[in-house]
Amino acid sequence: MAISIDKVMQYHETALLLRSKRSEVLASNIANANTPGYKAKDFDFSRALQEAQSSQQSSMVKTHQNHFGPSGVSDVSMKYIVPFQTGTGDGNSVDLPSQQTAFAQNALEYQMSMRFLNSKIKGMLSALKGE
Amino acid sequence: MALYNIFNIAGSALSANSVLLNTTASNMANANSVTSNTGDTYQAKHPVFATLYQNQRVSQSNLPGVQVTDIISSNAEPIRKHSPEHPMADEDGYIYMANINLVEEMANMITASRAYQTNLQVADTAKKLLQQTLKLGQ
Repeated sequence: MAISIDKVMQYHETALLLRSKRSEVLASNIANANTPGYKAKDFDFSRALQEAQSSQQSSMVKTHQNHFGPSGVSDVSMKYIVPFQTGTGDGNSVDLPSQQTAFAQNALEYQMSMRFLNSKIKGMLSALKGE
Repeated sequence: MALYNIFNIAGSALSANSVLLNTTASNMANANSVTSNTGDTYQAKHPVFATLYQNQRVSQSNLPGVQVTDIISSNAEPIRKHSPEHPMADEDGYIYMANINLVEEMANMITASRAYQTNLQVADTAKKLLQQTLKLGQ
């Protein structure tokens, strides 16, 4: 029975990277909560995870330099958030409370992914030690 | 690692909001400043916030922080007050006071302090997540 460390980690590793990316996006929204004209951004986590997974599994080969590659974790498709209430007067579309709660939730989910990854590592270690 | 970038983003917001807090403090402190002519009267100062991109290329993955591009002086007319016994009064007996809207300044102060707290919380959360990540597998 062959155990691939890469396969054990893969799912959670991608999830961790995407969650850290999302925390950056939300931090940027919170930072620009008072900037006139700023439009709040976000991305769909589950879709980004699916895209990143399929890009890792696909085995398409680039035979020309102008060929497109499947999108990885680094370039998730960012969308503008539809404003909760319109016309705050300065063209800013950040709803601070929703961004704060989303940031807190995302931080918890990051910790959750890390907990999963940790237990995977612990499991592998105990299998290796055979104690 | 995207989490490191949060320190830049939240840090830029912290400094921008401390500028807002500073100008508000200056405006409120000078709310009762008196001069003998209109030219020297204190004018309320307000910072202008704008997005700050880490590098020139504006792309989807390039997320902005905040910067203060300018501090504008209010062009509200100074308040003219007849007070002949005042030592600063001009020959006609008038003194000139800064035209500062204290209610507006109080609102700005609350905005700045809340935004400062929020961004500090964001940076603190990012720090905790990074510390936990460093301990991964231990």
